[in-house]
Amino acid sequence: MIGITHYVIVSTILFVLGVLGIILNRKNVIIMLMSIELILLSVNLNLVAFSAFLGDLVGQIFAMFVLTVAAGEAAIGLAILVIYFRGRGTIAVDDVNRMKG
Amino acid sequence: MNLLHSLQLTAAEELISVAGLVLLLVAAWSGDRASRAISIATVGVLVAAAAIALPALCGSLAGADVSAFGGQYKADAFSAFAKLLIYVGAAVTLIVAPAFFDRFRAMRAEFPILVLFAALGMGIMVSAGDLLTLYIGLELNSLAAYVLAAFLRTDDRSAEAGLKYFVLGSLASGILLYGISLTYGFSGTTSFDAIRVAYAHGMSIGATFGMVLILVGLGFKISAAPFHMWTPDVYEGAPTPVTTFFATAPKVAALGLLMRISLEAFGAQPDAWRQVIVAASLLSIVVGALGAIGQSNIKRLMAYSSINNVGFMLIGLAAGTKAGASAMLVYLAIYVAMSVAGFVAILMLRDADGNQVETIADLGGLSRTRPGLAAALAMVMFSLAGIPPLFGFWGKFVVFQAAVQANLLALASIGIAASVIGAFYYLKVVKVLYFDEPTDKVQGNSDLAHSILLVVFSVVLSPLGYLLTGWLNTLASSAASALFHVV
Repeated sequence: MIGITHYVIVSTILFVLGVLGIILNRKNVIIMLMSIELILLSVNLNLVAFSAFLGDLVGQIFAMFVLTVAAGEAAIGLAILVIYFRGRGTIAVDDVNRMKG
Repeated sequence: MNLLHSLQLTAAEELISVAGLVLLLVAAWSGDRASRAISIATVGVLVAAAAIALPALCGSLAGADVSAFGGQYKADAFSAFAKLLIYVGAAVTLIVAPAFFDRFRAMRAEFPILVLFAALGMGIMVSAGDLLTLYIGLELNSLAAYVLAAFLRTDDRSAEAGLKYFVLGSLASGILLYGISLTYGFSGTTSFDAIRVAYAHGMSIGATFGMVLILVGLGFKISAAPFHMWTPDVYEGAPTPVTTFFATAPKVAALGLLMRISLEAFGAQPDAWRQVIVAASLLSIVVGALGAIGQSNIKRLMAYSSINNVGFMLIGLAAGTKAGASAMLVYLAIYVAMSVAGFVAILMLRDADGNQVETIADLGGLSRTRPGLAAALAMVMFSLAGIPPLFGFWGKFVVFQAAVQANLLALASIGIAASVIGAFYYLKVVKVLYFDEPTDKVQGNSDLAHSILLVVFSVVLSPLGYLLTGWLNTLASSAASALFHVV
């Protein structure tokens, strides 16, 4: 029987993968955007699982809000990435180093 | 708790959102020609919103029902205090922005509207009574802020600042959100008051995890060490008026949110979060003081200074008492005045071609060429260092007093020791201004608006500011007691 624990374990794994994807990735900024989406989806899984477990609708409503905001966030992230690419001609993470100190 | 009452309590937010949408249409219709008119209208909207928020602070609503929409939103004295500071930060940004962007021909009509929507999000953050409201307010603020950081599209540094702010800010939102989901799962509710009741008899491991993740997410937003790494880059790369904005309003909002969530939602278990806050506070003070030493860019220096100041403010929160919260609000108000004065002075540093002078070494001998500006900048530096006759000292004094009263002697003494280290780099700037050979880099005159802002905020920071202490303490303590209004 799959219970709440399994859902939380899966969502924790997804969350950790997302965070590691941002920290360890040295290649491409797009991969960072994907990692951010992964984190938000792990949160949604958690919210929906808890909502079903508690028999309380708030978690599912919260998940709807998170999905909506995630769409806006992805749009803004890609727009900033386009501006950045126009100026620099690259989106490699190692090249994001115009400022140091 | 009817709808009309709720709508009345949220009037400031309604005004800003409706005005923002109308001005957005005006901007789309008339293009960038109208940017100056829209800026002026936006400042007007902020003043009107401040006037709406003010009565809640003056205690006329004391005892009245301040929670709107079933406790999702609270229009209490605390939110009114924070909102006033936020609107001041946003309005100053709008006043100084046109002169800056005009030289790049980059003043666009959407700039004031983005600032307005960010201010709306921050207003929602500080009045949140529920995790859902908190999240929506935070994202409304963050999404506008990412765009603002990258606003100077033709400048590499601005685009890079926007990208860094976006990636790390989204990571922080994700961590915060994961903490929210765990808190929801373990307490069974998203309302702050109900979480407090659910955690009244202790927290399980999972609940503690959720709380720590929420604190980490907010730690990113207030740029407390060890989550501060984005701050220097974003402060340096973002256009200077936007940096002025970032150093004031979002700091107030995120710190206000942190206070509300620690003292209201997790208020029953102060020992659970105190260690996290104490650690973040000490690290921020030390990192801010040591990191600033090698900096040559004045905007980066201000970034480390803001990390350092956030550390001092967290001392007030670590005390966990009403006196501590009130001290934190006093410090926050003084910090906003110091940041505004500092950044307006930095914006007035222009070379003969009208470009910004940002390197500290180029300010050599400014006292001989521009004595007034040098005096103002020196006063901001002394005030940030907390040297007694200036107003910055008062903020540090009340925070340390609250920490000592709450028996946090070790924290207070380390903080005082680190503020001596911090004084080193502030004094270094003063030395460059007054004792180095003149470089004559800073030329040209600034417009009247900058001078007026600088004079007003310098007077607040000068010893004359102490005339405000009685008034400021009354407001801050009535705001702080709203947080301790236990259900």
